[in-house]
Amino acid sequence: MNLFNAVMVGLKEIWAHKFRSLLTMLGIILGVASLVGMSALVKGMENGMKESLIAIGGLERVRLEENDIPAYQQHLTDQAVGCTMNDVYALEKSAPLIKLITPEMRLRDAMMTKGSKTFSPWVFSGTSPNALEMNQHTVEYGRMFNEIDDEQARNVCVVGTGIRDGLFGAPEQLGYEFNPVGEQVTIKGQPFTIIGMFQRYESEQERKAREYIKEHPPEPGNTNGPSRSKGWGGKRSNNFVFTMKNNTVYIPLNTMWVKFRSTAGSNNIPDARLSSMAVKVADVNSLEQAIQQAHNVLMHTHKGIEDFAFQTQEDWAETIGKAIKNARMSGGIIAAISLLVGGIGIMNIMLASITERIREIGIRKAIGATFLDVFIQILVESVVIAVIGGAAGLLASMGLVNFLQFLSPTENTPVITLNAMAMAFAFSVGIGILAGLFPAFKAAKLDPIQALRYE
Amino acid sequence: MALIEVRNVSKLYHLGGEEIRALDDVSLDIDSGEFISIIGPSGSGKSTLMHILGCLDSPTKGTIKLDDTMIENATAHQLAGIRNRKIGFVFQFFNLLPKLNVLQNVELPMIYSGLPAKQRREHSMEALKLVGLENRSKHRPMQISGGQQQRVAIARALVNNPKIVFADEPTGNLDSHTGEAILELFRKLSTEGRTIALVTHDPEIAAVTPRRIEIRDGKIAKEVDARLAGLDRAGAVIAGGKP
Repeated sequence: MNLFNAVMVGLKEIWAHKFRSLLTMLGIILGVASLVGMSALVKGMENGMKESLIAIGGLERVRLEENDIPAYQQHLTDQAVGCTMNDVYALEKSAPLIKLITPEMRLRDAMMTKGSKTFSPWVFSGTSPNALEMNQHTVEYGRMFNEIDDEQARNVCVVGTGIRDGLFGAPEQLGYEFNPVGEQVTIKGQPFTIIGMFQRYESEQERKAREYIKEHPPEPGNTNGPSRSKGWGGKRSNNFVFTMKNNTVYIPLNTMWVKFRSTAGSNNIPDARLSSMAVKVADVNSLEQAIQQAHNVLMHTHKGIEDFAFQTQEDWAETIGKAIKNARMSGGIIAAISLLVGGIGIMNIMLASITERIREIGIRKAIGATFLDVFIQILVESVVIAVIGGAAGLLASMGLVNFLQFLSPTENTPVITLNAMAMAFAFSVGIGILAGLFPAFKAAKLDPIQALRYE
Repeated sequence: MALIEVRNVSKLYHLGGEEIRALDDVSLDIDSGEFISIIGPSGSGKSTLMHILGCLDSPTKGTIKLDDTMIENATAHQLAGIRNRKIGFVFQFFNLLPKLNVLQNVELPMIYSGLPAKQRREHSMEALKLVGLENRSKHRPMQISGGQQQRVAIARALVNNPKIVFADEPTGNLDSHTGEAILELFRKLSTEGRTIALVTHDPEIAAVTPRRIEIRDGKIAKEVDARLAGLDRAGAVIAGGKP
């Protein structure tokens, strides 16, 4: 008996017991659907977690900061130079594994004023125009400052939407999007012109929540008592990285130096040190080597004194990886168990089915079916149930994911991956084979004489 | 050169510590083209003999040669192949598969011998023509009469052109009129040169065949060969009903 015949016989057998087969398949359908749905949820979660990692420049971005001098070099403390523009030039010339270097000079106590409104930006730093690429910023209105602005130390700034919201009003309050390009503001007593504004950065969850409120505005009169502030918790954004990016003000590095830093050193000596440097490596896979290379270059410019340290996002990425792995494990085990239960259902029904068909098996053996013929027939039947169940499960998983999205519209969108589908399907077929083995063996080794006598 | 050579075959069963000799030192030859009957009361061992001759069972002792093949030490796989190609079975309870139609039932042995679908169909229709049921090919077994079901079973037994057909009480579940028609069919097939062995407890049915082997307590008690005696009672039964 060839395989095609066996499959046809199997399909006929399933069709002859439609309801029973459907119930049996339901176990596999639910198992596959929950496996795919679970992996889609975890994938959505992973996307949400990686969002902010990508938003700050991804793994390729390494921060270079001043660090305490190691104990064995303590006596050289007064020789330490700190990070300066010399480091930037040296790295640009001598560290080919590093693609991009962005110097930064930050000021902590900057206060911005426009008319009667004041606002403190989270980040106020003088930097080079390539900070745009380094920190994954996109200019929505106006332009980023350029090398000429830097060269001439012009009083220009590029702001995030948080600054605009604080000084001019948010679109939600105004009812329209205010473009602040060309406006004059005062930063720490100095007049500045806004020449550009970044786009609004937000996580997928924030965007969904905002859109949800837009589509389902809270009904007037349905508010819970008089309007009140719910304290810090209510206003706080749940994602630090995006809020930080939105509350950023960039000015040219030279402007920062000329207008603020050169007059602010201790003992009236201008402090030319950078607050930090961000470097982007050309390839994440050679992160280790790139850092080593940068380290070697900087040891020269720092006179052998290790007063700097590299800060990578590896820990963060690792934490995400671990959390995802855990979620996948726990969800996967539960889904796998439900698939296994489906497999036990198949085995149960196959055992009942062969008991019902002992006589048929006896007849088939009497007219020449071999052990293998009967074995394959029963096994194929079980696999056919599992394959149909698995395919239906894949369809059901799409419905399940839509349903999950409907239940929680502001959560990260679950993403069904081809990998998960292939894995769940393969798993269901494997379960079908496993569940069919024992009944098939039992049927195939029936003695034809006894099987023929069976009533 | 006999088609089947049975030499000193014994079959022992153990039932609750007690040894039962279902067959006791049986030797027997069946020639190609013979029409024989194996008779004996229930429990005599005739079914056991048929099962062993039909390769459904293997003997405890002794040797069997079927069509020049020694079968007492063949594997289960080889026995299945022999049953498929060289042996046809007709049972008392027809043993058709109720979910398949008549044509599919007849096709079944050829599925196991691996014939392509087109040939299967042709051979099945030929076999159904032989038993006069070519216009019932799409019916289910439950939709036709008992006599017709037995004819389908005979067509199934014949479809692979076996060396020998075993019929185990083929009329046992039929009324006497249909039973006679079935016996007439066997007689006709026999005259066409097929080897047929009827297994029955009824001497009247056995009387159709020229050669009769009587089994009692696992041994051959009596062997009658009408051809040797010059008495063809079989003809008388067919023609006149009662002898």
